[in-house]
Amino acid sequence: MPTWLWIVVVLVALLLLGGVWIYNRLVKLRARVNNGWSQIDVQLRRRYDLIPNLVTTVQGYATHERELFEHVTEARSQAIEANAVPDQAQAENQITRGVRQLFAVAENYPDLKANQNFLALQEELTGTESKIAFARQFYNDQVALLNTLIGSFPSNVVAKAFGFGPREFFDIEDPVREPSQVEFPG
Amino acid sequence: MYEQIASNKRKTVLLIVGAIVLLGAVGYALGLWAGSGVYGLVGAVALAIVLSLGSFFGGDRLVLASTRAREVTPQEQARLHNIVEGLSIAAGIPKPRVYVIPEQAPNAFATGRNPEHSSVAVTEGLLATMNRVELEGVIGHELSHVVDRDILVGTIVATLVGAAVLISEFFLRSWWWGGFRGRRGGDSGGGGAEAIVFAIGLVLLVLAPIIGQIIRFAVSRQREFLADAQGALLTRYPPGLASALRKIGAASGIPMHSANNATAHLWLNQPSRIQGEGTGPLEKLFNTHPPIEERIRRLEEM
Repeated sequence: MPTWLWIVVVLVALLLLGGVWIYNRLVKLRARVNNGWSQIDVQLRRRYDLIPNLVTTVQGYATHERELFEHVTEARSQAIEANAVPDQAQAENQITRGVRQLFAVAENYPDLKANQNFLALQEELTGTESKIAFARQFYNDQVALLNTLIGSFPSNVVAKAFGFGPREFFDIEDPVREPSQVEFPG
Repeated sequence: MYEQIASNKRKTVLLIVGAIVLLGAVGYALGLWAGSGVYGLVGAVALAIVLSLGSFFGGDRLVLASTRAREVTPQEQARLHNIVEGLSIAAGIPKPRVYVIPEQAPNAFATGRNPEHSSVAVTEGLLATMNRVELEGVIGHELSHVVDRDILVGTIVATLVGAAVLISEFFLRSWWWGGFRGRRGGDSGGGGAEAIVFAIGLVLLVLAPIIGQIIRFAVSRQREFLADAQGALLTRYPPGLASALRKIGAASGIPMHSANNATAHLWLNQPSRIQGEGTGPLEKLFNTHPPIEERIRRLEEM
């Protein structure tokens, strides 16, 4: 074969290799984004399960806070029923705020604060709350990486050829993370 | 961050190759003395392979057992489990197994061969002294070691370098005390070429412990800074780890009973067996970790 033909063959091979590499990276990122999304879902569900427990426990002690209980319960059912991402985000924010208020209210009831069941629930909810934040952080990080890859040259060519589209960020309010958080050892 | 992990994987391979070459060179040098360099080399490389495979599959269990770590359930340690799970989600890795070590000095380490087979261990002292945010900082640091696969290098390099140093020290000492005299007597008519080979062998054996130490430094010091930074990236809250390190620094007087040289580089902060160990100017040269004040300073600048 003449030299120029060799050069063409090598160039085509390099292009193909590059394309395969980009394609694999796109697939990997898409899997990470999907995984991140299902993690958020798992943690949100966990919170839906915990809220009725929390309300029942607090109700036994703090009988005067009926409005707050109703508010949290309603936000929960709204979040479960929501179809669009923005509606759900809105309801999730309501839950986050309501749960925080419930814990603030609990501060006024020493008997409640000594209740083992309540303490366990508080740890579970605080843990779930931060897991939601971490899951969202992972999801958004991966979406950013995927969208950058899809948007930049030459990977946009590969993305277009194989139908990789950009994904939406999941924006809900960041739970406040301060070092002065109330601490319960154990 | 994900790009850094790829480059870390390459460095991992390089460091392990480096450790194997070191062990091989020591074996070759010994072989020269005993009459055949090739046998020594083959023996040493075989030993390196056996040791690497052994620590690949069982190193984590060995390390955990040597610190008397006990696996805990989510019911026993709800807060710790929740934090480990949350940060694993943030790092995009499966949740490691969780262990508690019966020691009062606040410290922690991670071990295992890859993110799918990893464990995080913290001391009772750490659980008692840290609040949630600080604990998140510490766990974030440890999980970064898991993500970067430092845990594998740490475990394998500890075994390989340990073997090279042990062998070279053993033979240097027996040579020094005349153990090889009979053998060398037989070679005495060999002339200049053999004398040079002997000299090279001797230099190699003397240098082996120093090279081993350098490889261990390469494994550990820079990686601690990297894990601090990545841990902070996971928690999105650098002051958490900074505050935890400050508490750990303040508690450095508490000795750790299960600390030893082979596992020193695995811990969050270098453990001390006796009060005030590792603070002298000469001891600082051989520390496996950067000074805690420097780590705090870098975290505060983020």
